[in-house]
Amino acid sequence: MSGPNLTLTNVSRWFGAVEVLRDISLAIGDGEFVALVGPSGCGKTTLLNILSGDDQPSSGSVDRQSRMRMVYQQDGLFPWQTVAENIALGLRHLIDPAELQSQIGQMVRLIQLEGFEDHYPHQLSGGMRQRVELARALAGKSDILLLDEPFSSLDYLTRLRLRHELARLLHERPRTVVLVTHDIEEAAQLADRVIVLTERPAQIRRELRIRTPRPRDLTQPEVVQATRVILAELGIETEDATVGESQ
Amino acid sequence: MTNRSNNLRSVAVQTGVVGVLIGIWTLVWATGIFHESALPSPLAVLRAFGMELRTWRLTNDLVVSLFRVSCGFSIAVALGIPTGLWLGRVAASREALLPLINFFRNLSPLAWIPFAILWFGVGDAATIFLIFLAVYFPVALATIAAVGSIPAVYFRVARAYGLTGVEGLSKVTLPAIMPQIITTLRVTAGLAWLIDVAAEMVAGRDGLGFAVMDSRNGLRTDLLIVQMIVIGLIGVTMDRVLMRLTRIPSVQWGYQR
Repeated sequence: MSGPNLTLTNVSRWFGAVEVLRDISLAIGDGEFVALVGPSGCGKTTLLNILSGDDQPSSGSVDRQSRMRMVYQQDGLFPWQTVAENIALGLRHLIDPAELQSQIGQMVRLIQLEGFEDHYPHQLSGGMRQRVELARALAGKSDILLLDEPFSSLDYLTRLRLRHELARLLHERPRTVVLVTHDIEEAAQLADRVIVLTERPAQIRRELRIRTPRPRDLTQPEVVQATRVILAELGIETEDATVGESQ
Repeated sequence: MTNRSNNLRSVAVQTGVVGVLIGIWTLVWATGIFHESALPSPLAVLRAFGMELRTWRLTNDLVVSLFRVSCGFSIAVALGIPTGLWLGRVAASREALLPLINFFRNLSPLAWIPFAILWFGVGDAATIFLIFLAVYFPVALATIAAVGSIPAVYFRVARAYGLTGVEGLSKVTLPAIMPQIITTLRVTAGLAWLIDVAAEMVAGRDGLGFAVMDSRNGLRTDLLIVQMIVIGLIGVTMDRVLMRLTRIPSVQWGYQR
């Protein structure tokens, strides 16, 4: 893990009279997987939009060194393009058609959707669509992956499967990742660092490092423990439940 | 039941309905309630049709009308879609021009007939102008609405993957509105055809609308029915042709939800 890839310094964001983010400072290192969790409506997505450059902070600064790609909750794929065409969007720097085809093939194999290259998104299940989104974002050269609740529209089992899929894909193609989620287990299972945000205006309430190497299982002790801590931080479970926590 | 036998059955049912209609017509005719010139027999209409085919008059009028409707419709669509794209993306232009477009859309193109004749004379140009007016404004408005309903996420994705300018237009905006555009084309093509016939009735020396007027003046109701059938069938055929556009794979998504 080398120097920071993405740095927020004292970032605040107001929408009119509503303060959404308050004084958030955050440095995300190269190759790090950071998860942002918080109560719904707390400003997670605003924070992500500021990280991606789709929104500007009202005060404070963003230092962004690298190319980033975003994966959306759902329907971020172009419905008028096939799986192969959508993935090719991520490979637009390639000029040689043969090279492009081979890279598309590689990505399709990576997400195990061989045979679906010419399918359109509406012909795929929700889980398959999100896999294509991941492939599009991971294809070609980018350094940072921003994930905006990428699995929230999926059923529970598919969500569990896609977590493994994401961990596997990142093993093959390492990236710096920022994951916004309200799924606490997801954050605990996937991230190196979980940042718990407060109610609006969002501030950083707690940072939690999880040191067990990725990919992890949901039932590994540190994952379970981290889940407990986050739940307690969000006021969903009482502090008693966090007995035995080691910071 | 297979798709094919389903199709066969619906064709059979539809043919049956037409048959019953012709039956009722024959029956009413046979009672003699209406004078022969007020309601010709199906046989007389068939004979008139044969005559029209032999003299090529019907074919001529058909070609003339189809030429006008395709010209007026194509020009209107070719200008209406860019107008809609521009107004759809630029709020200031929309604010300035939307009331005007709404005004003209609600003004029947037929009200323009006197000016059309004064400006363009009787003939192709006047009719094409009227068809243009009938199609341009609805197409522009529908495009504005379609552009406005494109989910913001598509533009963000486009920006993230470097699709900007002309590429953004051709690979994101246009495909995103294509399903709605095709629906609009189907609706406005019908409109164009109605206006073509109406315009030719007043401002034509040929074309199917003029032929209808001519038959009326000569009290040739048998010819009139031939022309009415042809006009209706052409309208249906145009819609069938445009409906084929909905089968393009890259627009399928728009009709699936």
